[in-house]
Amino acid sequence: MSAATLPAGVPLLEARGLTVRFGKVTALDGLELTAPPGQVLAILGPNGAGKTTFVRTIATLVRPTAGELLVRGHDVGRDAAGVRRDIGLAGQFAAVEPTMTGRENLEMTARLFGHGRSAARRAAAAVIEQLSLEEVADRRSGTYSGGQRRRLDLGASLVGGPRLLLLDEPTTGLDPVSRREVWDAVRGLAAAGTDILLTTHYLDEADELADQAVVIDHGRAIASGTVSELKAGIGRDVIEVAVADAARVGAAGQILYRVTGSSPRLDAGGRRLSAIAPAGPAALAAVIGCLEDAGVGVDEIGLRRPTLDEVFLTLTGDEATTPAEIGLVNGSPQ
Amino acid sequence: MTATQLDVPHVLSRPSGTPSVASASGQVALRALRKYVRTPSLIVMGIVQSALFLFCFRYVFGGAIHAGATSYVDFLVPSYVASIVLFTGGGIAVAVAEDKVQGFTDRLLSLPVPRYSLVFGRTLADSTTNVWSIATTAAFGFLFGFRLPGTWEQGLTALGLCVVYAVVFTVVFIVMGLFAPNAQAAQGMSLIAFIFAFISSAYVPATSMPGWLQPFSKYQPITPMVDAVRSLLSGSTSDVGLALAWSGLLLVICTPIAVLRYRRV
Repeated sequence: MSAATLPAGVPLLEARGLTVRFGKVTALDGLELTAPPGQVLAILGPNGAGKTTFVRTIATLVRPTAGELLVRGHDVGRDAAGVRRDIGLAGQFAAVEPTMTGRENLEMTARLFGHGRSAARRAAAAVIEQLSLEEVADRRSGTYSGGQRRRLDLGASLVGGPRLLLLDEPTTGLDPVSRREVWDAVRGLAAAGTDILLTTHYLDEADELADQAVVIDHGRAIASGTVSELKAGIGRDVIEVAVADAARVGAAGQILYRVTGSSPRLDAGGRRLSAIAPAGPAALAAVIGCLEDAGVGVDEIGLRRPTLDEVFLTLTGDEATTPAEIGLVNGSPQ
Repeated sequence: MTATQLDVPHVLSRPSGTPSVASASGQVALRALRKYVRTPSLIVMGIVQSALFLFCFRYVFGGAIHAGATSYVDFLVPSYVASIVLFTGGGIAVAVAEDKVQGFTDRLLSLPVPRYSLVFGRTLADSTTNVWSIATTAAFGFLFGFRLPGTWEQGLTALGLCVVYAVVFTVVFIVMGLFAPNAQAAQGMSLIAFIFAFISSAYVPATSMPGWLQPFSKYQPITPMVDAVRSLLSGSTSDVGLALAWSGLLLVICTPIAVLRYRRV
């Protein structure tokens, strides 16, 4: 979208002390965030962290209780109309009309964005092509698969040529194939130049799609940066051990804990343990030695960078790592 | 489904302005009407329900109710048609609550549409479906033995007043739907309308109720509204002013509530 360029220096989003309260519940608690344009930004956080409230505030559905939020320079409180002209929202539920065809849904939304009849028809056709919905476009959307419905919903948020696309948990409740479909669509839109903000609690989703990520917890931004910066920010390696005999997993876990000082996590398969290891390679050597001494057979052992999952758990969980400790503070990714 | 091909970036054009109130309301109404006509169960159930209630009143309870000088069918049908919206209106409240819960209202509010077009569009669509239920119910009335006491013109005037009620109660049910946390609650809330419908002069002469209940029946809006329709049928205008005043009052109260409530769904 070539016409979408912002004047130099105007951030895509700028939140200063953004606070939203619903009665006694504080959903956003002085959120500070600056995001430059030209990127896919992921908002990460556990359930109830304030992700959806943040998206709804950007989309002018919720008014800030205090603080300020600028979307491409428009204040969400004073210039809500200006914000609405710039955004497209795809919420947590696919808000398409099941008794209408995909094309009818898109044309309706295009008209509601302000397109005339023929412009709406062209916009709908372009979106159908862009999201590969040609085959199902003239079927009622109630007959679509979950992934098709999400893509149609994505399309509906696009027909007005928004500058900023807001996706609130775009793949929640989808099967793996449908998730891939939506991911491909989002990647395509980003490649075509649409700025995208997405919320997710799937970390692989942020890993797949986002350039920048902001971690929100209890209504505040607790870390931000590129996905690899976030991973590097944890500043530690992870030792991962796959035990040959599942019965010995307890013994291996005790060794990991003794050497690294952090509680190991066990994966769903029940044989693979991982623990954050501050000492890195030295710890790995110590673990290998101890496992040999204890006679614990190992299929695989190694040192790796932490996954975003581990970063996330470290940041939001009760492991006593503060943002300051890992060199990431509230505010701009730089 | 194979991987989505998205190699060619498209430039989607931006609309030059925002939609007018008329255009936005039209789109909102068109979608609600499409949903209605494309969901056969809504149409069929609506007709069956109104016919069944009318049948029961006319042939089951009717024999035990004495309506003074007029036959019960001639007493019942005008007020039944006038108050049918109170029975079908639950569907409006449910639809509004569903839109809210399922994210459709959020989508509309995130678009640059004039805020009141949500209420206008919804009212336009639901008034239309209400007029449809008034027409089919009136047809059943004739089928079950109702005959006009006066001229056709008087009959049409009375029907026109029923259409006014259809618009008024559409807005009332929209407000209910907006305050209901979900569709089930909206269905429950719409039962309030039954109280007003039953404790009125719509189906039994108010004088047959116990003395302590008669003031409620007399001073609530449904009684003058149905009495006004009976009056118009026989060429009188008695109660019409009061019925229109109630209609105006309900509209004046509920419309701003609906507009404001839609803003902060």
